[in-house]
Amino acid sequence: MEIFKNMMYILVTSALVENIVLAKFLGCCPFLGVSKKLDSAVGMSSAVIFVMLMATAVTWPIYTYLLAPNGLEYLQTIVFILVIAALVQMVEFVLKKYMKPLYRALGVYLPLITTNCAVLGCALLNIENHYNFLESIINAIGVGLGFMIAMVLFAGVRSKMESVEFPKSFQGIPITLIAASIVSMSFMGFSNVANGIFK
Amino acid sequence: MEKSNLQILTNGIIKENPVLVLVLGTCPTLAVTTMAKNGIGMGLAATFVLLGSNIVISLLKKVIPDKVRIPCFIVVIAGFVTLLSALLQAYVPDVYEALGIFLPLIVVNCIILGRAEMFASKNSVFKSALDGIGMGIGFTLALLIIGSIREILGSGTWFGLPVTINLFDPMSIFVLAPGGFLVYGCVIALLNKLSNGKAVKRKSFGCEACPNAASCANAGKGGCE
Repeated sequence: MEIFKNMMYILVTSALVENIVLAKFLGCCPFLGVSKKLDSAVGMSSAVIFVMLMATAVTWPIYTYLLAPNGLEYLQTIVFILVIAALVQMVEFVLKKYMKPLYRALGVYLPLITTNCAVLGCALLNIENHYNFLESIINAIGVGLGFMIAMVLFAGVRSKMESVEFPKSFQGIPITLIAASIVSMSFMGFSNVANGIFK
Repeated sequence: MEKSNLQILTNGIIKENPVLVLVLGTCPTLAVTTMAKNGIGMGLAATFVLLGSNIVISLLKKVIPDKVRIPCFIVVIAGFVTLLSALLQAYVPDVYEALGIFLPLIVVNCIILGRAEMFASKNSVFKSALDGIGMGIGFTLALLIIGSIREILGSGTWFGLPVTINLFDPMSIFVLAPGGFLVYGCVIALLNKLSNGKAVKRKSFGCEACPNAASCANAGKGGCE
């Protein structure tokens, strides 16, 4: 029961309270760039969840069993980014060959994720927070879900914005950022929710 | 037309300021600008990496095969980031602590990969170094501006010195996440207003910001949409 409670705590914290985009500012590029339409927002965030999970499942053992025992912690940035890049290539290859429908849904977004700071950030945060393997996986799922929630909500906000006239100097990028600010403000309402329920 | 060395240097500071004109590198811009001091720290860190990676990539431009250039660039950049984090940890531990996870994340900063791809892989070593310095200074200045606004409004201090004690109470929303988006948006809108919409090059968030644009088949077709 205690373990389950801890897992739920990690999941809710990473998905809502410390949302990766709106509270930690990781993965802003896809958040602002690919959120114009709902279906591309969903496609992109599913690809992120998928890669984040795979990346965590691979980088955690590499760090714990290969880098840390040999005193090579300082190499984690180089190793992680290379592992993630190789992994994305491999996943793309496997999907293309064996899972055609999934490739059609996620394929476009996969190469974009190599240099997505949310994926590398999640892998690094798992190490920094000293999570064990199960906790890291749960955290990756939570972070990915949080990314998806933020993307889908923001796609909704932006579709409403299409039909509104803004002052000329605010059109385009500025108003998108200000809308993001308001969405992010609404997420502040979740602060302490996880502590209140699970602690 | 061949650009003079001075033009290359100032290009990144004003005309193609990476943060305010090209709107690249949004994540570190928003995340570390809660204080002016952190903004400068991040800016200088990125300048160091930009300078180093631009020089090395320009030296290696004939050696790196075209097909695997992006992974090669990333390895060079990651090498410099690792070097930098070791140096910062040893000599300026408080900046190292303040930047936290955003220090290793310089690796995936679109500005650095973008300059490697667009400038260093096509130009001489000296010009690439100048471009790296110019872009770095532009990045630092932009972070300083946004960081100063957020620190003064949000905590009532500037570089840790109290400045607004008798004027107004600090509004802590500006140092929190929403304030970052808000101030960044307003600064760009102000630039638009002052230059009649000419200064800010990017009109919407699309493929220009994506470091993979060069190797992505969809970039020409209007992006991932």
